[in-house]
Amino acid sequence: MENIGLYLHIPFCASKCPYCDFYSFRSDRAFIGQYVDAMRAEIIKKSGEINCKADTLYIGGGTPSLLDFSQISLLVSAAKNRFMEGEGEITLECNPHGVTREFFEQISACGVNRISLGLQSANDGERRRLGRRADCEEVKRAIEYAQKSGIENISLDVMLGIPGSTLESLEKTLGFCVSQGVFHISCYMLKIEENTPFYKMRERLDLPDDDTVADMYLFACEYLENRGLKQYEISNFARDGYESRHNLKYWNCEPYLGVGASAHSFINGRRFYCKNDAHGFVRKPEYICDGDGGSFEEYAMLKLRLTNGLTETEVKSKFGFGIPKSLREKAVKFADRGLVLTDGERVRLTREGFLLSNTILAEIL
Amino acid sequence: MAKKDNIRNFSIIAHIDHGKSTLADRLLELTNSVAKRDMEEQLLDNMELERERGITIKAHAVKLDYKANDGREYVLNLIDTPGHVDFNYEVSRSLAACEGAVLIVDASQGVEAQTLANTYLALDHNLEIVPVINKIDLPAADPERVAHEVEDVIGIPCLDSPRVSAKTGENVGAVLEEIVKLVPPPDDRDAEPLRALIFDSVYDSYRGVIVYVRVMDGKIKPGDTMRMMATGAEFTVVETGYMRATSLEPSKQLSSGEVGYITASIKTVSDARVGDTVTTAQNPASQALPGYKKINPMVFCGIYPADGADYENLRDALEKLQLNDASLSFEPETSGALGFGFRCGFLGLLHLEIIQERLEREYNLDLVTTVPSVVYKIHLTDKSVVEIDNPSHYPDPASIEYSEEPVVEAHIYAPPEYVGAIMDLCQDRRGAYEGMTYLDADRVDLKYVLPLNEIIYDFFDVLKSRTRGYASFDYEMKGYQKSQLVKLDVLLNGDIIDALSFIIHSDKAYTRARKIAEKLKDNIPRQMFEIPVQIAVGSKVIARETVKAMRKDVLAKCYGGDITRKKKLLEKQKEGKKRMRKFGTVEVPQDAFMAVLKLDE
Repeated sequence: MENIGLYLHIPFCASKCPYCDFYSFRSDRAFIGQYVDAMRAEIIKKSGEINCKADTLYIGGGTPSLLDFSQISLLVSAAKNRFMEGEGEITLECNPHGVTREFFEQISACGVNRISLGLQSANDGERRRLGRRADCEEVKRAIEYAQKSGIENISLDVMLGIPGSTLESLEKTLGFCVSQGVFHISCYMLKIEENTPFYKMRERLDLPDDDTVADMYLFACEYLENRGLKQYEISNFARDGYESRHNLKYWNCEPYLGVGASAHSFINGRRFYCKNDAHGFVRKPEYICDGDGGSFEEYAMLKLRLTNGLTETEVKSKFGFGIPKSLREKAVKFADRGLVLTDGERVRLTREGFLLSNTILAEIL
Repeated sequence: MAKKDNIRNFSIIAHIDHGKSTLADRLLELTNSVAKRDMEEQLLDNMELERERGITIKAHAVKLDYKANDGREYVLNLIDTPGHVDFNYEVSRSLAACEGAVLIVDASQGVEAQTLANTYLALDHNLEIVPVINKIDLPAADPERVAHEVEDVIGIPCLDSPRVSAKTGENVGAVLEEIVKLVPPPDDRDAEPLRALIFDSVYDSYRGVIVYVRVMDGKIKPGDTMRMMATGAEFTVVETGYMRATSLEPSKQLSSGEVGYITASIKTVSDARVGDTVTTAQNPASQALPGYKKINPMVFCGIYPADGADYENLRDALEKLQLNDASLSFEPETSGALGFGFRCGFLGLLHLEIIQERLEREYNLDLVTTVPSVVYKIHLTDKSVVEIDNPSHYPDPASIEYSEEPVVEAHIYAPPEYVGAIMDLCQDRRGAYEGMTYLDADRVDLKYVLPLNEIIYDFFDVLKSRTRGYASFDYEMKGYQKSQLVKLDVLLNGDIIDALSFIIHSDKAYTRARKIAEKLKDNIPRQMFEIPVQIAVGSKVIARETVKAMRKDVLAKCYGGDITRKKKLLEKQKEGKKRMRKFGTVEVPQDAFMAVLKLDE
């Protein structure tokens, strides 16, 4: 079996950001300790059940940087011992607020070689509106610490369409990212999710309208591309060779194993996830079936998120048949409008096409 | 002439919500017509829709046994009537089957439009009126005032009438006594040739049509050959009997003065039309009972299946509904926009809504309906006249000499402080003021002639909201009058959407066109290209809006936990596309059609 990606979910946050609908909550140190122990046990158990290796590890949340260094170290070594051979990509999501130089030195020493920092905006007013506690200086310092600790592969999260934001404020944020010399940027358009404080106050949020957000997106793509950060997925940009190998597994429809409350998995053609219940996880992890995965339709849906798109060669080797004729025919219609690029080998979406990808997928799949 | 002394045939008439069905329930209980365990509210309104809307759609009849205070046993035949102007003809036939009518008046609301309209209808049929003042349990009840109002306004004695609460049951027994005392017994005309009035008919899949009749003259029994005097159709009677509250009770025969049912393996209700007279082939009556009319639909609209594959199912459903509803008409039609469907005719807008809801609920169909239309008479330059109920058949304006539209005579009853608001509304709806009468200090009767097409959409709703619910409204057809009509076409991306075309008075064309353009703009989702929305009269565009091109429809984040959700979203989006109507390249959701139909004020 091909190498899988291993994902560990840390569902703890010091405070909840008003736009976030991820599973996370505030917890005491004692429970965090129990949770980490349960994770280690589950990693060991799963490694016995699933006979395969991982070449990427991603510790996400929540706020994984809330863990003590020693806890992170325990998780990383369990994962490495049980699943990884040689050097893999090991990412830790970090909140720039309050992290120290020692923290980065220690995680670097135990094998973490990539960090993902939530910047969202370089404008402190916008960051505050998003409930982010770090200011710009703290983000700068975190990046510097990480780089000095030998972690050169740093990704920043940037948000498009923040309440009150403008093209000018976005330019400032992107300029900040570039000036920090990071190799990877994830640029997400804010989506107002139900069950979040933002949803309740959506009418009063001063959100940029869809047309403005579309302009922001196209501007960001252009701006980053011109500065050596190439778009490789709808919301992701990187210097050559610094694309997130772990996240690419999702979009390449490759297998991954998620451990921890609310973590999702795709193993042996089955999708399943662990219940959204950290306390239950500590007692006994419970998995819920989420149906079959890996159909051509799903594969195409995911592949078309990538700038590489869907290729005849890959489709053929994976499914034994080429890109269906009907898909190509429908794609041509969008090509006329500049939303899709297609030739004998490839079908892929343009930036304008990415912006309308839901509609396009519903039409061509 | 001899009387059938122990029989009383009566109906109950009232304004909507004055408690007709509740009183009927109590009468059933008092006469032990229903076992307690079978009792449910508004027993006679046994269609789900009737209960939900609190209205009676079909007529119902039930035979009650009552031992009166004089110690004698009586048979009381209650014939319930529909309570809406759309069904006035059915009401009139039910009343023709009775000798008396219980008039219910709400003790707080007093006399309302339908109180008067129904009372006049009953008086036209020479019925003895038994006034009853209901809802005396309400805090706002003022039975004395209302009794005086009934005497002043309607001119029938009411001061000694029973004051009851159908809800609590208080004093309801007095109503039965009044019926026995005041309603005249029917004549004994058993020796005459049979004449029985059909006041309702219901299709039953086992017995065929069950014909509800009031026997006026003669007798009928199983084995007789019955003949419908209007249609000439003949059938062999299989069974006769009486309607009980929850079942049918077979009898040896039905004779003059009685109310009952006949079955004769009749396949469709159109063979047993309401108002027709039943006689026998052996000894036919020379003349039918008066009052039969073949009623013509007043309002038409196109009904299309949302999913073209349901066309046959829609046809089956309409056929089944027609088995039970002779006033529903339909014929196939084709629309460039909507594909294959049916042009359906209705007695009025309520009838239309009821049929539409029954199709959706009972037959599980998703429907798209077009703007309702009335029947216009178009006089052409070659002196011929065409009747148009479908805007797509509207002739070339150059060939039209003049047009006529149907009008109604309407009465609106309301407290005097709302006269201004009502006049504004009627003015706005092109009404011609005919006069105003003060019924008493608190109530005026405004008479207007209104074009039917101005009241079929939302007139009643607007009237209610402008008068805070105080006004009531009643109308009857008056005929046709000359009118300046134009046809409005809706164009999306340059293509005419035939299903959205409609005929309107030229004075209203601009305002309406602007509203429709705005509505469509708000209800057509942005698509991948810009869509011009134009409203045109002939080739002249009189209103225009643009649906801007959509630029953003994307799931920005898609990681391990989002894939299944994304897949489901994609399925949903595809499903949603299926439910869209495609016009050329433009996709229009059904909501947009509905929005155009329901233009707000």
